Parts: sequence; C-alpha cells; structure tokens
Amino acid sequence: MSSALTIALAKGRILDETLPLLARAGIEPLDDLSSSRKLVFSTNDPNINLVLIRSSDVPTYVQYGAADLGIAGKDVLAEHGGEGLYERVDLKIAPCKMMTAGFAERPLPRTRLKVATKYPEITRRFFLEQGRQVELIKLYGSMELAPVVGLADIIVDLVQTGNTLKANGLTPLETIMDISSRLIVNRAALKMKNNAVRALVERIETAVE
Amino acid sequence: MTSSKRWLLPDGVQETLPPDAVAVEALRHEILQVFARWGYDLVMPAMIEYMDSLLTGTAHSLDTRTFALVDQLSGKQMGVRSDMTPQVARIDAHLLADSAKQQRVARLCYCGHLLHAIGDGVTSSRTPIQIGAEIFGSDSISADVEVLSLMVATLQGVGLADVCIDVGHVGIFRNLVKNTDLDHDQEARLFDMLQRKSIPDLQEYLQTLPLSEQRRQEICQLALLNGDLPVIEEARVRYADVDAELIASLDYMQKVVESLQEKYPATLINCDLAELRGYSYHTGLVFAAFLPGQGREIARGGRYNDVGEVFGNARPATGFSADLLNLYQLCGSAGAVAAGILAPDHSDPELFTLIEDLRRQGERVVVDLTAATVAAREQNCNRQLIQVDDTWAVKEV
Repeated sequence: MSSALTIALAKGRILDETLPLLARAGIEPLDDLSSSRKLVFSTNDPNINLVLIRSSDVPTYVQYGAADLGIAGKDVLAEHGGEGLYERVDLKIAPCKMMTAGFAERPLPRTRLKVATKYPEITRRFFLEQGRQVELIKLYGSMELAPVVGLADIIVDLVQTGNTLKANGLTPLETIMDISSRLIVNRAALKMKNNAVRALVERIETAVE
Repeated sequence: MTSSKRWLLPDGVQETLPPDAVAVEALRHEILQVFARWGYDLVMPAMIEYMDSLLTGTAHSLDTRTFALVDQLSGKQMGVRSDMTPQVARIDAHLLADSAKQQRVARLCYCGHLLHAIGDGVTSSRTPIQIGAEIFGSDSISADVEVLSLMVATLQGVGLADVCIDVGHVGIFRNLVKNTDLDHDQEARLFDMLQRKSIPDLQEYLQTLPLSEQRRQEICQLALLNGDLPVIEEARVRYADVDAELIASLDYMQKVVESLQEKYPATLINCDLAELRGYSYHTGLVFAAFLPGQGREIARGGRYNDVGEVFGNARPATGFSADLLNLYQLCGSAGAVAAGILAPDHSDPELFTLIEDLRRQGERVVVDLTAATVAAREQNCNRQLIQVDDTWAVKEV
C-alpha cells in the first residue's frame, strides 16, 4: 500500500498564505507554483505531492479521495457541506467574515428579500434559521454590483477589509460566520494511512502554532 | 427526456448491459453462495410496501430518501424501499416469529434493487443493488464478530484482498453525553462535528454548552482517538472516571478487534472512537470496510438492537451490507460473453437434435438470423455448424 500523500491546494487568495505555512512544516514544492503551468507538484518530501486546483473544487477532490488532504476556506467547506471529510485543523490563515451587505440608508422590503450570492447553500441556511423567505440569485462574481443596479436588495459575500463594499456605497450588515482556512482530510485516507496522515496533520498543526 | 435519437434515464438511474450484466449476476450468485455456506437463509422482500413499515425503527433517517406513492386500493401511502434492512428486520420480527422459539437465532441474507429519492452525494447512483446479511436474536459478541468476519471473508473472496476494516462503538459518545443537560439539537450538532472530526468547530461550540470543562475536553478528544489497537488503551486511561458503561464499550471493541485480527492477521484494522455513522439507530458496534484508492467505504454495518420492537417483537440484531454494482466495479473482473457456436437457420431435424445436444452440454448455440450476412465473430461465435456430406459438424471459424 502506497504511503504517499497528496495535498490539494487552492489557487488564488489562500495560496500566498498557505505556502509559508507548509514551508514551516517542512514541505516545499520543487517548482515555483505561481509561475509554473503544471498542476501536480513534487515536494522536497518524496512522500508528499501537491495538486493545485480551484478553491471550490478542493472539498470535492478530497471527498472522492483524489487527494488525501486539502486546504480550503471555511466558506467553501460550508457551501460544500463537508460530507465524507474531516476538518481537522484551523490553519488561522486568510481570515475574513461571511456577511450580508446592503445600503445602510435603504430599508429592506418586508416580503421576499432578494439576495445575490456566490454561496447559495450558506445563504439559504442562514435565512432559513431566521425563518425568512428570500429569493436567491446565484452570481459568480462582482457581487457588489447587484444592489447598485437593483438586481438584489442585499448580497452575501466574504468581507476582508470592506473596501470594495465601501467603494460601491454598501455597508456590511450582519455576520454569518467567521472564515479561515482549514486542513481537511479524506475519511478513507485517515483510516487506511492512519500513521502517515496523523504525522502530517501534526506537522502542519505545529506549524500553525 | 426522450427524442427519436436519445433515450436518457433519470438522473442517477443505472442499468447494466452485456457483457457486464452476466458478470454482476455471477458475482451476486457467488456472494449469496458464501452467505449460504455460513448458514444464512435468503429472503426476497417486496420492492414496495406501506410507508409506515418502511420508516420504522432503523429507518427514520430514510424518510427523505424514500419515494412515496399512494396505493389506489387502500388509499394508504406506500414507499419504494431505500434500504432493505428494515424490511428484513420486519420479516424476522413478524413473519418468522414463533412464541415457542423466542430464543431462536435467525440468519438472513438478501439482495435487491433499492431506489433513492435523493442520491447520497458521493455516489450519484440512485439505484444501487444492496447485498447483505443479518443475524437476529443474538446479543452476543460472537454474533458481531461473525458478521464482521463474514464481511471480510465475502470481500476477500471476491478478490478484494487488501480491504481495511474500520471499527467504532456508538456507546462511547452516547455515554459521554448521557446525564448531561444537552438537548436533542445540541447533541445532533455535536454529533455532526464529531463526524467531521472538526476540532476547530468542536472547540468553539463546546464552549457554548452547559458542560464541565473536563467533559468538553473528553468529547473533543474523541475526534483524535483513531488508529490501531493502542488507541483503545489510550481511551481507557482518558475516560477512566466517566462511566463504567463507556469502559464496557471499549472492552467490547477491543475484544472484537482482537478476535478479528486473530482470524485475519493480514487485514489492516483501524479503530475510530468518533465513527458514528447511523448513530440514530445503531446501538453498539459499528464497522465499515475501506479499500485503497476508494474515498469512501465499500461495505458497512453494525449492531441495531430492538429494531423489531415496532413490529411487536424486540430482537437483538447485527449485520452488514454493500452495493453489488460498486463491488463489481472494484473487482475489475470485466464480464465476457462466452464464445458460442453459430448455427444456420435451417429446418433439418438432424440439425435441431445436434443443437439440442450441444446446448445440453453447456454450449452456447446461436441461430443465425442474418442469413449469413454478419460474420460469426461479430455474433460472438468462434465456431459454426456446417453441413458436410449430409451430416452436421462443428468447425472453427
């Protein structure tokens, strides 16, 4: 049974903070991830490989066992549902908040609120818990535009500094959850490669502290 | 959706074609033979029955997964089975019940199609073929060890040699939250976080619960207690002053693992104290089989006592099941149609007698309905019947 482990990393926002963390855990890719066009990378540890994928795909890769471990934002995990995954460690990187945002001065409609978001599951669950009926509008980007052009009353999105919101005249309203990145582990990998996985998780856990 | 060129099946609905179908059937037969040799009797529950009997006992978590329809004869709601276990439990509790033989042990096995209203996420199939075996009427550790052994023997028997077994016990978590002030929702949320082994979420959520600091630690630790046998020893030290029943659960687990390891020394066995699949209906040992390269379990089971209670006969029960179609794919033994003999479409009674003879000998004889316009090979035949001097002979193609 091969004891090599594959870690799925998310491209973009999280990657810049992930690599220094992995380096502290003694894992360094042999190629430069940002300039190479490759998707699979060897590391200085012959038993650890990295794959570089879109952040929202990380839970799927790990769930199906295509990667043994992964690093993904809590936003992506909550949206995915986390079935078949272990969320072992809070890596405390890429912190931000999942929030609702809208125009501070504009009263919200009493009936059927229109909400634009990239995160329909999180949004649905949030309003369901409040017992509010909303109309979800799924968008893929430039969320802030939706209230400005009247497509939606409010948006649900990640807020890091709030600058983009401010630039579009929007104000953060309610916090849905705090977001940071998590180290996730495939269920079957933890069971079948228990020692190797636990050792790696502990290495990364130590690097966080 | 249909059009003249395409026939699409509903999402997640599968059918099996040649040459696979015959191989799936052979695998089904092979597994049922193993069950029979271990003393299990085959039952064939109905595809459809009244909703209230499908959704009792083990199956409360199944209600959103069960297709419902209304019986035009009685006006009652019926469901298409999404799991055969409750059906088999009902058969044991009700149909096979005999007050004179309360002590009887029933070993039942089954194989059949299920229908899931919603796929379960990872496998998109909504029409798996469930194959499994259950023991009713024995609350002994030997019964648990037997079904676990049968699971290993079955999987290894069909060629899945490097199967790995994961063992847990729901009594451990249950005893940790017993006698606390947690309400049902809080317990359910804790359970969900333990399933995800989410230490960050657990730490945050436990702080909001009315528990002693020590108990919070103990619950959180559960997510970390997995690995080989020494993990149980570690748990015994850690939970020494919680509750005698919890320690009894650990002892039970240890005995099962030791006994299984003795029988199957080459099989990797993993203990996971936070493994709580089916927590709502399992009452003791839970287990699953994993295979390298597969992100999820390929078979699972456990103990679910008193399931027959709603059917008027509370019985201890333990068992396991797997998806036959999934096992077939994992076995990698591609099906092949046996090469046959092509016979001409001819009215000679002598030819007919010969064909009958060949078929009795187990040969596959295909009558050529294409008037020899399609080659024998393309009709899956490597030989053909040819008339030579008034007699018929089998010749290689």
